[in-house]
Amino acid sequence: MSCSLNERLPKGRSLRYLSRRFAVLALTLWFAVTVNFALPRLMPGDPVQTKLATIPGISPLARRALERQFGLDTHQSIVGQYFSYLGQILTGNLGRSFTYYPTTVSSMIRQSLPWTLGMVGFATLLAAALGCSLGMVAAWRRGSAGGNRNARLDTFLVPLGVMFGATPPFWLGTLLVYFVAFKLGWFPIGGSRTPGAAGGLSGTVDVLKHAVLPAFTLTLVSLGGWVLLMRNSMLTVLNEDFVKFARAKGLSNRTVAFRYAARNAILPVFTQFAMALGIVVGGQVFIEIVFSYQGIGYWLLQGVLNEDYPLMQGIFLIITVTLLVANFLADALYVLVDPRLRVEGGK
Amino acid sequence: MSVRAVLSNPRALVGASILGFFIVIALLAPVISPYSPNDINFLVGLGPSWKHWLGTTEGGQDILSQLIWGTRTSVSVGLLTGALICLVQLVMGVFAGYVGGLTDTAFAMVTNVFLVLPALPLLIVLSAYLQGSGGSGSTLVLIGVIAITGWAWGARVLRSQSIALRNRPFVEAARISGEGRWHIVLSHIVPNMLGIMVANFFGAALFAVLAEAGLEFIGLGNINTVTWGTMLYWAQNDEATLMGLWLWLLVPGLCILLFGTALGLLNFAIDEIANPNLRRD
Repeated sequence: MSCSLNERLPKGRSLRYLSRRFAVLALTLWFAVTVNFALPRLMPGDPVQTKLATIPGISPLARRALERQFGLDTHQSIVGQYFSYLGQILTGNLGRSFTYYPTTVSSMIRQSLPWTLGMVGFATLLAAALGCSLGMVAAWRRGSAGGNRNARLDTFLVPLGVMFGATPPFWLGTLLVYFVAFKLGWFPIGGSRTPGAAGGLSGTVDVLKHAVLPAFTLTLVSLGGWVLLMRNSMLTVLNEDFVKFARAKGLSNRTVAFRYAARNAILPVFTQFAMALGIVVGGQVFIEIVFSYQGIGYWLLQGVLNEDYPLMQGIFLIITVTLLVANFLADALYVLVDPRLRVEGGK
Repeated sequence: MSVRAVLSNPRALVGASILGFFIVIALLAPVISPYSPNDINFLVGLGPSWKHWLGTTEGGQDILSQLIWGTRTSVSVGLLTGALICLVQLVMGVFAGYVGGLTDTAFAMVTNVFLVLPALPLLIVLSAYLQGSGGSGSTLVLIGVIAITGWAWGARVLRSQSIALRNRPFVEAARISGEGRWHIVLSHIVPNMLGIMVANFFGAALFAVLAEAGLEFIGLGNINTVTWGTMLYWAQNDEATLMGLWLWLLVPGLCILLFGTALGLLNFAIDEIANPNLRRD
């Protein structure tokens, strides 16, 4: 009766596990949409109406259309408004930007999303791969014989990892813009590409040059989290009997480290992928702002600064959906890497 | 978990020392600050000198005085928000895990939803609605918004701990002797997971400090209060670096980094002390 979701997970079949995760993700999506719907309506003095009145050169008819698009049709009850809003979201209609009227929010997202996915995706993978390897080696050395000499990497790496994790990304980014981009002139000061740059090879180099500093910042600030996560997980596994037994059997260090310990230690890291991803997607918002990197984080801030509610809400929704999809993929992959979830009914 | 165990751990000791240093600065701000942080009667954009150790801002304020008073606000907001998050975690994690049943299922569902919501974008959107983007928000709302977005991870960890404890004999004994649910949670469950809760508090405070600074940096706080975050906001807005005033930009961020590192070290070390698997034999 009181047995709930998380406890039953390891015993369940993969399909049940995935459908439960899917339920949570669907609920989250509904929640995000509802927050989007409810927030402007809970505010005193309706900010959307105030904003609508200030759009330059908008005809009463266009304003009426915008109101309806935003679900603010005053002829409808609040419940009616809610369902027509849900319907619009489901059909992919995110409305039009107030600031860049009549550009649709979805076209703005379509243009900026690839930049974010490319830069952030690369930095995330790099940080995860580098962080997990470092964490694994540090834990392995500390856990193995040889005393303090072998623990040196760990002693050094843990505070460093904590420090990276405590670095404000926007501050580090601003410093890099000033010292590396402005003073030294090694990289462009901002943006995601030089306006009007040629295509082909020189265009690609231009795009890469713009991505180096933001990607570096993002990798650095998220590296620490991965190191600490993997290190702790690895230390826990190294204490397990099957690892001790593998050592006692006389298996080579390499085999024990990779095939026994690391393979199991990576599992909890995988489950924490969700949180890590959330932090990365969030941190990226600040980094894009500082580097004027024109991904969705940059446009989210533009939406906030200009009180462009459709833009803001559309981007929040897209970030949420991206995160949910990534989460679901991580869960699905988890079933593949953890055989215990595939065993019928058994533990 | 005893105080001695914490003090004999080098990481915890370093973390506690840095934390103590900042708390002392925060408490002594009125005494040690050379000028008022809002005094704008100095020459603008001065470099470091004996009169102004860190120079002055583009608005003519003494940077060192701003830093000291900013420490007071940022440290208290960070620790207060951390405590508030702990309180939410106590209800959503510890209490729910103990009582089980429908309450637990519902609370766990809410926790799971908040776990996969993107924390910082949610922070930004919530603040934009509640505070507006004009920089005239209130610090209390800021604290509330950070608490709403930052509790889920810790609540999940605490819940599983609470579930592990709820059927222990001493808890059963308390239940049979007729003690109330909250009484059992507070006097039997919580003391047995104090280590993890304290570690969680420091983790939450770290999140709060970074989130506060980030929101203030992009103008979603109150730009008229003096904090590390608003100092960075003004430094960025007045183009401190282009004016050669990079100390103005460097120092508040360094404080956030140091204070955050202290919180992170304490979080890590106490987790390590409370978790036998991570200890060195």
